[in-house]
Amino acid sequence: MRNNRVNTWLYRHKGARAALLLALPVLWLAVAYLGSLAVMLISSFWSVDSFTGNIVHSFAFSNFHTLISQRVYSTIAIRSIGVAIAVTVIDGLLAIPIALFISKVLKPRFRSVVIALVLVPLWASYLVKTYAWRSMFADGGVISWILKPFGLHGPGFGLPATTITLAYLWLPYMILPIYAGMDRLPNTLLEASSDLGASARRTFTSIILPIIYPAIIAGSIFTFSLSLGDYIVVKIVGGTTQLVANVIADNVGTAGNLPFAAAMALLPIGTILGYLFIVRRSGALENF
Amino acid sequence: MYLSRRAKLLLASLTFGTLGFIYVPLLVVALNSFNPSRTFSWPPQSLSTVWWGRLTESNGVLPAIATSIKVGLGATAIALVLGTCIAFAVSRYSFYGKNTLSLLVIFPIALPGIITGIALNTTFHTFLDPLNKELALWTVVVGHATFCIVVVYNNVLARLRRMGQSLEEASQDLGANIFQTFRFVTFPLVRSALVAGGLLAFALSFDEIVVTTFTAGPGTETLPQWIFNNLFRPNQAPIVNVVATLLIVLFIFPVWLSQRFSQDGSAGGRL
Repeated sequence: MRNNRVNTWLYRHKGARAALLLALPVLWLAVAYLGSLAVMLISSFWSVDSFTGNIVHSFAFSNFHTLISQRVYSTIAIRSIGVAIAVTVIDGLLAIPIALFISKVLKPRFRSVVIALVLVPLWASYLVKTYAWRSMFADGGVISWILKPFGLHGPGFGLPATTITLAYLWLPYMILPIYAGMDRLPNTLLEASSDLGASARRTFTSIILPIIYPAIIAGSIFTFSLSLGDYIVVKIVGGTTQLVANVIADNVGTAGNLPFAAAMALLPIGTILGYLFIVRRSGALENF
Repeated sequence: MYLSRRAKLLLASLTFGTLGFIYVPLLVVALNSFNPSRTFSWPPQSLSTVWWGRLTESNGVLPAIATSIKVGLGATAIALVLGTCIAFAVSRYSFYGKNTLSLLVIFPIALPGIITGIALNTTFHTFLDPLNKELALWTVVVGHATFCIVVVYNNVLARLRRMGQSLEEASQDLGANIFQTFRFVTFPLVRSALVAGGLLAFALSFDEIVVTTFTAGPGTETLPQWIFNNLFRPNQAPIVNVVATLLIVLFIFPVWLSQRFSQDGSAGGRL
């Protein structure tokens, strides 16, 4: 039987089985996807003929020259990194008390319920959540309605709205690793610390924080890199604010300058890789 | 750790305050979908279902949903095949570049969508322009499949690691060949992981907008793109609210389902 011959052959050749399994995925991910990334990196050295609008496939540093020489781009870069850091700090400050409360104060039978409450919105549509904040920050929206009796105005659309919305979107990505880290931390350690006379504050700074530090870093990788790469939020609630990602998007879309967009894209890629390089020693990456 | 009553209360109020921060915006959208006013006015003066009734007659929602479903099904199908292949290869065989491959799978979702988007955009144009072809629906499917692979991969790999190989070895010892073993032993064991991974992949694809924007052809509009395009039009606001509310409810369901199927806990594929 033919089927049997194939079967015997496959049975004897372990390498062939692995090769069959790997052929298609490697073709897709290593050749097509990595190839695309490589083409994009190379294309950052190309340029666009300002007269015909065609891409000139010749090697030049003109895009990088523009990026460095024009002040507006360094301002945008610093602003974007600032937003990413602010989002990370906000999320860290919100996530640590929640994780501590769920894993160390709450009774076990309530834990899964509260964790589910935190997790479910993670899966609500990204666009819908961003849109929700547009209703919050809009002129005559919820926030200005709340502030009105106090004689205050809402911040409206702009950088603060962008930062808050991004912090909202990526919060679960910070809560989950910290909660997992906190959950692994044995209660006996905390009891020992108390028995030896440490106050709750001392236990927190000397026991809990050093142990969950890798988890915080793991969460910050998400919040930092997701914020740096986002352009939809800033378009929806950012007003006229410019961040790196929407400069990239505009150069692909309306301006049609793909090489310049590719050059600009090296900034978030470089920053994220640099961040990964810095935090590599904390052990956070081993959690992935 | 001994925490004073005050410290516990403080932690509890911070937690519930943050939960409020998480849910209030979503509730505002849901409430607004019942706001009969055409111009956005808060708080709603009365409640009505008038915009819910207009959902189907509105321009473009239903075709956009159909497009999103087509893209989601296509991307999920590809991701199921590729993700399962990688999971089996990584868990059962040792080969050169194994660690690199397991890192490479995460890349499309770890890098910002805009990077994956313009990288694929550049490549598509490089190959399609000489053929005088344009971006279309299939280019979106390719883009989505690329970042959906990891979801299936994670689910199947977790399952394979947990179930070990003894059952398959037993099956082969009892005389079943490779195909029979896969069909009668392996597949039934990983089936629910496939369902969970597939649901998550579909949800991921259904929600995606950035990669979509850079890989979609001129006539292709997915549901997130429809929302984004209608967001800024004041007279479309009521319908956008209805669609948004519908999505909040619809999204929670497949995720809840996939959590039931996977039993592996965790956040599924998003983490």
